[in-house]
Amino acid sequence: MNKSNEENPFVPEPARIVRKYDLSDDVRFFQIRFVDMEKALSMRYLPGQFMMLSIAGAGEAPFSISSTPSRPGLLEFCVREVGEVTRALFRLKENSIVGIRGPYGNGFPLDKIKGNNLIIVVGGLGAAPLRSLLLYALDNRDNFGNVYLLHGARTPSDMLFKEEFLELKERDDLQCLLSVDKDPTGDWPCYVAKVTKLFKYVKNVNVAKTYAAVCGPPVMYKFVIEKLVKLGIPKHQILMTLERRMKCGIGKCGHCVVGHTYTCIDGPVFTYWDVTNMRELI
Amino acid sequence: MRVLWMKKEDLREFLESSKQFGELWGPVQKGEVYVYDKIDDFSRLILEPKRTLLPVKKLIHPPEFNILRYEGETYKTELENIPRRVVYGVPPCDIHGLLILDDLFRRYYPDPYYITRRERTAILGVSFCTPTEGCLCKSMGTDVVQEGFDLFFSDLKDFYLVWVGSSLGDDMVKVRPDLFNNNITRKHLDKFMECKKERDEKFTKSIDMTVIPDIMELSYDSPVWEEIGERCLECGACTMVCPTCNCYNVVDEPSISGFTGERRRYWDCCIFTEYSLVAGGDNFRATRADRLKLWYTHKLKSFGYSGKPACVGCGRCIDTCPVDINVLSVVRGLLGGKEKEGKS
Ligand SMILES: Cc1cc2nc3c(=O)[nH]c(=O)nc-3n(C[C@H](O)[C@H](O)[C@H](O)COP(=O)(O)OP(=O)(O)OC[C@H]3O[C@@H](n4cnc5c(N)ncnc54)[C@H](O)[C@@H]3O)c2cc1C
Ligand code: SF4
Ligand code: SF4
Ligand code: FES
Repeated sequence: MNKSNEENPFVPEPARIVRKYDLSDDVRFFQIRFVDMEKALSMRYLPGQFMMLSIAGAGEAPFSISSTPSRPGLLEFCVREVGEVTRALFRLKENSIVGIRGPYGNGFPLDKIKGNNLIIVVGGLGAAPLRSLLLYALDNRDNFGNVYLLHGARTPSDMLFKEEFLELKERDDLQCLLSVDKDPTGDWPCYVAKVTKLFKYVKNVNVAKTYAAVCGPPVMYKFVIEKLVKLGIPKHQILMTLERRMKCGIGKCGHCVVGHTYTCIDGPVFTYWDVTNMRELI
Repeated sequence: MRVLWMKKEDLREFLESSKQFGELWGPVQKGEVYVYDKIDDFSRLILEPKRTLLPVKKLIHPPEFNILRYEGETYKTELENIPRRVVYGVPPCDIHGLLILDDLFRRYYPDPYYITRRERTAILGVSFCTPTEGCLCKSMGTDVVQEGFDLFFSDLKDFYLVWVGSSLGDDMVKVRPDLFNNNITRKHLDKFMECKKERDEKFTKSIDMTVIPDIMELSYDSPVWEEIGERCLECGACTMVCPTCNCYNVVDEPSISGFTGERRRYWDCCIFTEYSLVAGGDNFRATRADRLKLWYTHKLKSFGYSGKPACVGCGRCIDTCPVDINVLSVVRGLLGGKEKEGKS
């Protein structure tokens, strides 16, 4: 490789699409591995961090890492097809090479969350970053108190990682609450309700020792946060990951800025307290 | 800092000698405006500092360039062709602009494109111009500069004081030691004070930056934003001319074969609608008022990793905006029209 590439954070590294399958109509799951095996095995990251994925000719875009650092080697992403880069990615076959760089962003503050209860609230594509946190907590189960997953989707076929999460219902060390707004086929085995209705199953938690992590479509935040605040969870223990347009991922292009906060460096994970202080965050 | 003095008439000879450090650039007149250009014909060079149409950032963070060249999924850095330059005629406000960009491009993930251009560009500053309409550097504390340049020429009418700001600057001086004199006397100091005083009295406009950051915080819901939002033409000129606007976009340009191509970076503008649009059509700053508020937040309240106001008082937005939206008019508006136009 060209020598000057080494000090250049904008140069993507080649990575191979190892496996892919559809999670819903327009969301696809990708397992990706750095071609350089040492890099693949040595990369450290935190749940909540993201990578810039590059397809030459189409461009670059940020995607949350969906896999957990507790299972090194493979990086997993779930991607919705919306535009140029994602369309180009969807055209690629297994074994194709893409470029990736990262990990970027702050990620979830694991050091703070450890030793506490954890409520994970997922809507739609919010599953991407929160699956990483959930799997991490399950792989390090002794480090966490009670763990809840509240996951809402429009219909069963929209629920990302449906099979995986349905299996998790068998675990007795996780409260796995799955719901859909509508159940057209009538064979959905869990709740049919808005995700906010699931909060009534979160009972007797010591709120001072509880962290919540929320990610979903912008409309979801307001209602979910209302519930969490009502439960009594302190504002600085409510974590959310936010989406902004990003062109560099490393604090240079200006696109992700809110006030003088760079979502790509200071975020994408913010506390509800941060958000109340920066009016444009949600 | 090492300070020397030099006879006015020796500047030309010195600049000639500095060409061994790179292409000589400086302000030239083009129609009614001044622009930085390559100096092949010395008579075109404007020696006294001028407000150029675009600030010196255009040479360090160019409007458009290749960052990578790709072949399949193999990417190669494009840094080789960055030329060495000596840029004469940079005013203190522009150098302060560079200092703000320096922090942004150097911290956390150093940007090799910015850094390489910055390192290959010798900055020769000049000051003690007569402030023109709209010069606000004194309000912003950017009328003097202590770092960020290689050499700095204070024009004291009969002679230049020459401040040596870097090792490269020192090397440039050493090529023609005969043109410089390091015997700084009381006479030079008196002249310096006299010129500074004379210059300071010529500012006609001011902004009280001790209160403006707080006023910005208090004016989040001010109707002023709606008003200017309605007036703004979304032309983006203010962001191009401002020395502390760094935003850029990145686009891939494939060759005809499609297999090879270039990844290009070019200036973007936060006033444009598409700037903050995300997938699904959500726009976190949907109105022009919101976007102008972000711009003025950056200029008058907090910007960059250090969170300080980024306006360096160059006055370019005042010259440029076709509908009179600029730091002065916004401040006047926020203060309820009470801001007197006059000396500080
Ligand atoms: C930190 C972070 C994590 C993300 N994680 C995921 C993820 O796990 N899965 C996923 O599917 N998506 C994720 N996204 C969103 C994803 O980056 C965008 O969908 C993607 O950039 C669209 O690129 P495109 O070239 O396909 O679309 P484009 O052709 O660029 O645009 C299509 C549409 O998307 C909008 N858009 C353009 N760029 C962005 C952008 N960077 N972010 C959002 N919208 C954009 C456009 O305004 C347009 O409406 C994440 C975004 C961020 C900031
Ligand atoms: S805001 Fe206006 S006066 Fe201030 S630095 Fe930018 S262009 Fe110059
Ligand atoms: S120069 Fe004036 S009209 Fe043009 S985008 Fe800036 S504020 Fe709007
Ligand atoms: S994505 Fe470029 S500054 Fe954050």
